[in-house]
Amino acid sequence: MGKLDNKVAFITGAARGQGRSHAIRLAQEGADIIAVDLLEDVATVDYPMATPADMDETVKEIESLDRRVHAAKADVRDYAAMHAAYTAGVAELGPVDIVLGNAGICQLGSAEPDPVQAFNDVVGVNLIGVWNSVYVAAQDMIDRGRGGAIVLTSSTQGLSGRGADGSAGALGYAAAKHGVVGLMRSFANWLSPHGIRVNTVHPTGVATPMVENGVVGRYLEENPQAGQMAANLMPVGLMEPADISNAIVYLVSDEGRYVTGVTLPVDAGFSVR
Amino acid sequence: MGMLEGKVAYITGVARGQGRSHAVRLAEEGADIIGIDLCAQPSTVSVPGATPEDLEETVALVEKTGRRMVARIGDVRDVEFLAAAARDGVAELGRLDIVSANAGIWAVGREEPTSLADRQRVWKESIDVDLTGMFNTLEATVPILVEAGRGGAIVLTSSTAGLKSMAVNSLAQNAYTAAKHGVVGLMRNYAVELAPHMIRVNTIHPTSTATPMIMNEVTDGYLDQHPALAGLMSNLLPVPAVDPVDISNGLLYLVSDLGRYVTGITLPVDAGFLAK
Repeated sequence: MGKLDNKVAFITGAARGQGRSHAIRLAQEGADIIAVDLLEDVATVDYPMATPADMDETVKEIESLDRRVHAAKADVRDYAAMHAAYTAGVAELGPVDIVLGNAGICQLGSAEPDPVQAFNDVVGVNLIGVWNSVYVAAQDMIDRGRGGAIVLTSSTQGLSGRGADGSAGALGYAAAKHGVVGLMRSFANWLSPHGIRVNTVHPTGVATPMVENGVVGRYLEENPQAGQMAANLMPVGLMEPADISNAIVYLVSDEGRYVTGVTLPVDAGFSVR
Repeated sequence: MGMLEGKVAYITGVARGQGRSHAVRLAEEGADIIGIDLCAQPSTVSVPGATPEDLEETVALVEKTGRRMVARIGDVRDVEFLAAAARDGVAELGRLDIVSANAGIWAVGREEPTSLADRQRVWKESIDVDLTGMFNTLEATVPILVEAGRGGAIVLTSSTAGLKSMAVNSLAQNAYTAAKHGVVGLMRNYAVELAPHMIRVNTIHPTSTATPMIMNEVTDGYLDQHPALAGLMSNLLPVPAVDPVDISNGLLYLVSDLGRYVTGITLPVDAGFLAK
């Protein structure tokens, strides 16, 4: 008996990293998964995005738990594509109970040949993409009348501007991640009277390909002031994806049945320094 | 295998309500309990207090899970009592890992105090129990955690009134709000100071919770006299109150390995009250 038996979760950025961890963790608790990912590189981002082979691996892990999974390739910035992915997923697995707006990009330390495009890309994916991910599902969830739970992945940079270096990548990231909090609060006021809970999680650096790649690693070494962006309070470096998944399971399960409108930092004390 | 096998938790205000719920929930996950309660009604409080029988019932419920409990009757305003209870509990149960500073009063009364002297008494007792009592609980337990060198997790029970105004021209409400805000400040500094020891410190912020402190005829009378407060107490989710187990489940997330890197946070369990 899992905590999420008979639930269906719609998860963006599910091919690897935190998204894959959430998909597997929710599947372990009994949920079926609609897994969405871009599966292409983004021009203004120097590190590689997830690949179809990554998504195949996520699918394999979920199926090995005897759960069902519908994998979809879609850009969270493209509302029509997101709606198509959502609709196809629901047709195969049934109505959605849980939405995880997890997909995100983080570009630090690029030479930024095109800062305007870079800013627009990170706000497009990390903020507008999050709105798209919820909006495709929200009215259906209201109409179904069975409540639900939504978690949007923000960041320590959603509550702070610490470590900024003036780059479009860093500024855009902080703006988008702060914006996700506003989205969450507004969504909560709209949806919670219908029994649909909406919260944000705020990770500090997590050990995933978005962070553990040569580009970001080199940048943090070469820019000690930007290291403030990564310096936690507790003597621990990167979180494990499982730490964020555990927070999400609390928020979307019955243990958190009355938790809504909340910002939940999982950040080794970064936000309290 | 529970999440807290082999751990020991120190809980104040354990005789009934949220404190009893925490004791039982943590015991269900394998923790032994050191619990304290006043088991009486403070002088400025009209809501009936817990009794020694309540405390015995909590002990019985914990023991039914197969765990052990050391219970002591005393006042969170008495730091030496709290420290002695901690020492006794550790001597008997072997260690300390978790602290739930939960004891609190809400000094609503049928009439607003009018004389300066009465108003001082009401203010002082709320601050002494709801804020200083938290500090005293930390005084009694933090040195034990630090010396043991195994980290730990502390949760201070604040309130929605610890993060937002809850004003209805009531002295009791003002004292409660001030104290519950103060608890957040206390938590933040302790989180910073104890992080190098891997001791995590957080606050939890219930909305109205279905316990004797809230569900009683004094409170009902108070709400009749202060209809604005009843309106203020409405939540975003369509529920009038949460259950004590909901606060306990939030506490469990914070003190277990599920929240092993969560520190310095304010966690509302409030049906969206603060998001309105």
